[in-house]
Amino acid sequence: MNISLQEIAFYTVAACIIVCSVLAVTTGRILRAATYLLFVLLGTGALYGILGYTFLSAVQLMVYAGGIVVLYVFSILLTRSDRNMRYCIARGKLASVLVTTLAAAALMVFLTVTNGFALNMIPQGVELPVERIGTALTATGHGGFVLPFEVTGVLLLACMIGAIVIARKRE
Amino acid sequence: MEPEVHVIHYLIIGIVMMACGIYGFFTRKNLLALLISVELMLNAVNINFAVFCRYLFPDALEGHFFSLFGIAIAAAETAVAIAIIINVYRNIGHVQTDDITDLKG
Repeated sequence: MNISLQEIAFYTVAACIIVCSVLAVTTGRILRAATYLLFVLLGTGALYGILGYTFLSAVQLMVYAGGIVVLYVFSILLTRSDRNMRYCIARGKLASVLVTTLAAAALMVFLTVTNGFALNMIPQGVELPVERIGTALTATGHGGFVLPFEVTGVLLLACMIGAIVIARKRE
Repeated sequence: MEPEVHVIHYLIIGIVMMACGIYGFFTRKNLLALLISVELMLNAVNINFAVFCRYLFPDALEGHFFSLFGIAIAAAETAVAIAIIINVYRNIGHVQTDDITDLKG
């Protein structure tokens, strides 16, 4: 049994993602939670790269790791929410949450494993060319994505205006 | 063509991330920590879209573009949510979920 470089990279990234996502929801300091979230997002970008979606990987790195995490850190520092992270959750509630989460995870794992995915081969080393992405993103015919592209643009504009209006300081 | 990582291993990562998001969403009391949990769940869904597109339909682009639009919408959602949280902080002074009851009715 020989282990390829891709498998080593995949399992390293997978272990990093799993450990950091567990730590992100269990740590007591919110700034550390944001840092673990950053590592999870970086690992997700690496997974996209391993899959061959390098453009998606770059978008993930720019938007998530570059934009959203910085927004989180700034808002954490602005709201001074680090000091009131310590709280006592009731033992019964914690137990019910754990049971719910583990039951949901077990159900999802069961459905995934028993589904019988036979296709475990993809072409080696083929990455999606950016030219194809650009053509599909601006095409209007069959297989074109210009409508969701435009709608996303309008949505982002609306969100920007809404965020400015909500967060503006009122006299 | 060489044997690759099995598709289930990718899906397991998504499942673990989703379960962590659910757990954090139930247990956290800070609004920003809640938002971090939501971000984990959205990320798990994006991974699933990309993995299914790559493994089951390698010639199609739908899953790839769903992930792309998912990332954009997550960014928009985060911006609006953080604006609301900052406004709440300005009005109340902290961002704990127990104290935000004005809209409860």
